[in-house]
Amino acid sequence: MLAPADMPTPPLDQPASRSTLCKITGLGLAGLARLLAGASIRWIASQPDTCQRVYFANHTSHLDALLIWASLPRRVREITRPVAAKDYWSRGALRRWLAEEVFNAILIDRTDIKVHQSPVDLMLRQAGSTRSLIVFPEGSRSTSGEVGDFKSGLYYLAKKRPEIELIPVHIDNLNRVLPRGEFLPVPLLSCISFGPPLWLERDEAKLDFLARARRAVLSLKE
Amino acid sequence: MNDIRTIALVAGVLLLLSVVTGVGQFLKRHPDRGIDAAAVRTFNMRIRGWWVLCTVLAAAFWLGSTATVILFGCVSFWALREFITLTPTRKGDHRALFWVFFLFTPLHYVLVGLNRYDIYSVFLPVYATLFVLARAAVAGDYKRFLERTAKIQAGLVVCVYCLSFAPALLELQVDGGPERVSELGSRDANFRLLFFLILLVQFADCMQYVWSRMLGQNLVAAAVSSNRTWEGLLGSATSTALLAAVLWWAAPPFQPWQAAIVGLVVAIVGFAGGMTMSAIKRDRGVKDYGTLVVGHGGVLDRIDSICFAAPVFYHMTVLVIGG
Repeated sequence: MLAPADMPTPPLDQPASRSTLCKITGLGLAGLARLLAGASIRWIASQPDTCQRVYFANHTSHLDALLIWASLPRRVREITRPVAAKDYWSRGALRRWLAEEVFNAILIDRTDIKVHQSPVDLMLRQAGSTRSLIVFPEGSRSTSGEVGDFKSGLYYLAKKRPEIELIPVHIDNLNRVLPRGEFLPVPLLSCISFGPPLWLERDEAKLDFLARARRAVLSLKE
Repeated sequence: MNDIRTIALVAGVLLLLSVVTGVGQFLKRHPDRGIDAAAVRTFNMRIRGWWVLCTVLAAAFWLGSTATVILFGCVSFWALREFITLTPTRKGDHRALFWVFFLFTPLHYVLVGLNRYDIYSVFLPVYATLFVLARAAVAGDYKRFLERTAKIQAGLVVCVYCLSFAPALLELQVDGGPERVSELGSRDANFRLLFFLILLVQFADCMQYVWSRMLGQNLVAAAVSSNRTWEGLLGSATSTALLAAVLWWAAPPFQPWQAAIVGLVVAIVGFAGGMTMSAIKRDRGVKDYGTLVVGHGGVLDRIDSICFAAPVFYHMTVLVIGG
């Protein structure tokens, strides 16, 4: 597997290259999402920053990525790319335009994972050395409202780029705003909590790390 | 504002607010007076809330009755959000809730704005209730069915239906009758009536607190509220009746003795509203979603007494004008 330094320089699209329409749509959607989901945003022992980070959160609703993205201050938002499922976000021209141009998302093909082209490598290449990512380590939305076990992607991400800050994010009540299988939202109040960064410890086992990361998300619930 | 009574009422309220603001600031600067600092802080926050309330009401008055109806509609919408957020619903309620928020609530306020009492008096309590029951049944989830639908219905009635009787006061009109009664229908008179209601409710809340602090011995229900006492209720009902009687001239169509009864009833019903909301919050364990509405102050906490008092006040007014 290639080390990040050996990779060819990725074609990074700078914020300036995005059209005005995309920017306005982005601002509008961010505002609308925050309003509709009545989101209160909390930073617990943590501060918004433009350094390179990976935000990892529990996954309860299609609105999750949009709302975390919208909860970040504008300057942070511009360098942050949600990681989203290709099968959902590339269906239809509007959705694809929103995902690729407005949210600047990294679309991952969940059905066709190749060994030499793992999603983690793809994410890291797209992130380069400046962009932050929003990931959902559970892989798919939980139906019960409980936070499921984390898949190993977060571990490999942390192992390959140990210097990136991993920020736990807890999303509360958004599964009631837009539950799985629904397309019309109910405007209840939700809460997005950002926690203090964590890193992969030296010699930390994969399962230990994943359990610790999951606990970090859960601890933000209160 | 071309009405001498409106001017007098506004001037009086501004004067009173200025005085209590002065007192609040004085107590803040002199922490050595032996008064609890936390109580002073609460007092000052309350005063700031009243200034905001008065500013909003003044803006609503200036913009007219349609704007006021819309304003109350927004408050209802937000309060309902808080109410439903606080009470657990299941996924089977999702579609019903969607229509409750985006169809029934706005449509109800449109009917209030159009003064269609014949429709809006049954629209939510009957038709929205039937719809919520049926929609939840069609969604195919029968778990705790009555409990869930009752929660949604309670939210709709308290946050939307009851509160809407406050702006509905603006639509009251009378043809003929004695001068005191026929005054209704002019913008000034109806706004004064609405303001009278809000003033009484706020005053009753405040007096409840003051009398409980001074004489409070017997809690009404210790498990539900740790600061509402029988003495507070009695004191607040008497003081509010007194204030209403003194301010009777501001509120058509009431005579002084009628105003006193209205004040008494508003204080008692407002108290009931506060108790009810406390019970709901206690049941849910305030901490649960308390964090969600932090920073917004909790609209529901502010309007619980008004929600209960508004329909009673409205119907007492209708009774007096004989409509």
